[in-house]
Amino acid sequence: MDLTELTIAQAHGGLKNGDFTSVDLTKAYLDKIKREDKEINAYLSVDEKGAMRQAVQADEKIKSGEFGMLTGIPCAIKDAIMVKGQTCTSASKILENYVAPYDATVIEKLRNQGVVILGKTNLDEFAMGGSGENSAFGATKNPRDKTRVAGGSSSGSAAAVAANMACFSLGSDTGGSIRLPSSFCGVAGLKPTYGAVSRYGLIAFGSSLDQIGPIAKNVEDARIVFDAICGKDKMDATSTDYKLEDSDVRLKGLKIGVPKEYFVKGIDSEVEKIIKNAIEKAKNAGAEIVEISLPSGEFALACYYIIAPAEASANLARFDGIRYGLSEKGENLLDVYQKTKGKGFGDEVKRRIMLGTYTLSSGYYDAYYKKAQEVRELIKQDFAKAFEDVDMIFAPTSPVPAIKIGEKSGDPLSMYLMDIYTVSVNLAGLPGISIPAGEIGELPIGLQIIGKSFEENKILAIALQMENML
Amino acid sequence: MIKKEEVEHIAKLARLELTEKEIERLQKDMSAILDYFDLLKKAPRLEVKTKFPKTIFDQREDEAVQADADTVEALVDAAPEKDDGYIKVKSILQ
Repeated sequence: MDLTELTIAQAHGGLKNGDFTSVDLTKAYLDKIKREDKEINAYLSVDEKGAMRQAVQADEKIKSGEFGMLTGIPCAIKDAIMVKGQTCTSASKILENYVAPYDATVIEKLRNQGVVILGKTNLDEFAMGGSGENSAFGATKNPRDKTRVAGGSSSGSAAAVAANMACFSLGSDTGGSIRLPSSFCGVAGLKPTYGAVSRYGLIAFGSSLDQIGPIAKNVEDARIVFDAICGKDKMDATSTDYKLEDSDVRLKGLKIGVPKEYFVKGIDSEVEKIIKNAIEKAKNAGAEIVEISLPSGEFALACYYIIAPAEASANLARFDGIRYGLSEKGENLLDVYQKTKGKGFGDEVKRRIMLGTYTLSSGYYDAYYKKAQEVRELIKQDFAKAFEDVDMIFAPTSPVPAIKIGEKSGDPLSMYLMDIYTVSVNLAGLPGISIPAGEIGELPIGLQIIGKSFEENKILAIALQMENML
Repeated sequence: MIKKEEVEHIAKLARLELTEKEIERLQKDMSAILDYFDLLKKAPRLEVKTKFPKTIFDQREDEAVQADADTVEALVDAAPEKDDGYIKVKSILQ
């Protein structure tokens, strides 16, 4: 039996029965990483010693009889989330040697359950990108086809799970960064409602959009991890008192909205076929399919690429060579700032800081940032109106399957267009999950299920039923 | 196409040192992206006035939370230059 193929639920069963130990499980994963990650580049750092120590502790916990679903389960963490004592680079040269001084709240919660943290995973620098190619430490390759990208920005988190180099992982999603790589790699990825999960200890990108969420081998596992990390945290004022409850919602009788604007130009015809087929299956299972309209959807991408870089330009101002990370010598303080940022940040990060500074600057603020905030409200209203008639929305996660490495790297705008189906969900603060719906050759295609705020329980229940049929 | 001087001005505001090549590249990239943003001109006006999410502008008490000594030490340790438990900064007034 290859232990790395087990889901969380299966591994938990094996640990409980004494079929194997967490040490066995952890060793199996570490071996797999050693053998296969050279080619994939999913991990930026692997903490072999720490993982083995945590596994021994987990085995003791299991022996004591008091343990949870995640006790002894090996996982991987996106390198934008702080794990105390481990480097946290955000895949940037500016934080190459930065060691996290404390645990993120999600890590504390996972530790309380007794998980084993294998290491930190690759991403687009500061989570800015849709392909994973913006990492300062090399792109993550798609385990299904190594000439293609894993998707971004949580590239390593999705690839590690897809390649059985972690039982589950955590990613973060600002404009699609959990769902897009999950779609490209053929795994399940949940972007929770804004406020469902504490962001304390996540290196901030777009603070009104960022959420941490699970990437897992299947929907059941994603639910287990989400249940462990959600809830109120005094260190994040936007987090809410939230408990995941069971849901008995069934496809039979469910009203599913399908946005008509999502199936026009730009979508790959094979992707369209796979998503329409999934919708047809839902219909055959008794769901009512309703065509809906999200008229402001066409502005979502422009809106997102104003708001996210504006917030990023403010959030990234802190990397100035004084408090952490790289520090370049300069004649005076201003010189230190400019040289440090100039040397430490990569092209995409610079581009977004520049865009954000531009749209926030005097004279342009009204035309860009203020207008984008208004459009964001229109997008929210569109969803609110749609959800008066339907229970859930089905959509593609991405208009295309995983692209070739280098295919779009010279053209930032065409790269941004891959986020067309994911950014609206962040702008509206809604939960969304991507699950595998089919394949074009070797390349997985994700179905995105979008729900009402704080109704993760319902989208997870429906995702589970869809998963069994697809 | 936005002007080179404009890119340089924005870079200065952002405290970002750019090479000549980067400036040239950004002129091109930013222009294409800003052109795309023009799409928003077509967006309908918002009927009701934008209400910012309550959570962002809710006043909350400014609480001083005491961190344990280890965390404080780790935070200072992360700074590139430090002296006797303090983060060292170049003088601002000269």
